[in-house]
Amino acid sequence: MRLLADLFLLIGAAFALLGALGLLRMPDTYNRIQAGTKAVTLGALSFILGIGLLYPEWWAKLLVIAGFILFTNPVGSSSIARAIHLAGIQPWQRASSDPLALKAPQEDKSA
Amino acid sequence: MDNISREPPLTLPHYLFIFATVYLLWLLLVGELSRQELILGGLVSLVVTLVSAPHLLIFGGVKLRIDAPLHLLRYLGYFFVALIRANLDMARRILSPSLPINPCMVEVETGLCSTLGRLMLANSITLTPGTLSVDVQENRILVHWVDASPGVDLEAATREIAAGFERHLGGFLR
Repeated sequence: MRLLADLFLLIGAAFALLGALGLLRMPDTYNRIQAGTKAVTLGALSFILGIGLLYPEWWAKLLVIAGFILFTNPVGSSSIARAIHLAGIQPWQRASSDPLALKAPQEDKSA
Repeated sequence: MDNISREPPLTLPHYLFIFATVYLLWLLLVGELSRQELILGGLVSLVVTLVSAPHLLIFGGVKLRIDAPLHLLRYLGYFFVALIRANLDMARRILSPSLPINPCMVEVETGLCSTLGRLMLANSITLTPGTLSVDVQENRILVHWVDASPGVDLEAATREIAAGFERHLGGFLR
């Protein structure tokens, strides 16, 4: 049980890391939101599952927290996306439409 | 939002549903089933329901039918599979050195007419592989795609995603 809980906590941490990495690597806000929302939502759920295995007596509260995260996370993301859409920011496009001449993204990836 | 005013008025079953939801939330947060908590929770839930129900018109979008819980469970299963696939897909893109993304915007129509239904559909689309709901206007959802590869019919792909969720959501939401 302890091992399984640790595994879920590790998966949660890995997805949180992927989310952070996505925020750094993605070229524009829309894509950053895409990377951030999905990874962090599943990461948080995985954390909660791991904690639930460690402390089974907390399952009821953890269930409420999981439901709240699932319901509000995408709402927050869509709100930010809607705000920048209404502000007139266009989604980033690959510079060349030719799929064979695939260029590196314009923004520096070293950031 | 102007379309909230178009919600149908709540009926008695909806009041009971809100009461049950608040009561369940109370019990989950309290975490014990002693008689004291049951009675106190019932009283609090009753007051909360009576005071807040006129402001909770969004609950009017819930279809109160016998098979609604079944549809809810099916939707949750479908949703979690989509969520995990979305994460694996996104992990692959983030970890690829070439960053294989090719974003664009697509609009999709929905048959769900209640605010709650469209909210849940937009939420679901946000958490599925490669898509993000950007805006909802009337019955159209603006979707941002992370990978619009040439040669893929995005309109059809988006309709397919929306239809998959709608089939399940339609069972318990208007």
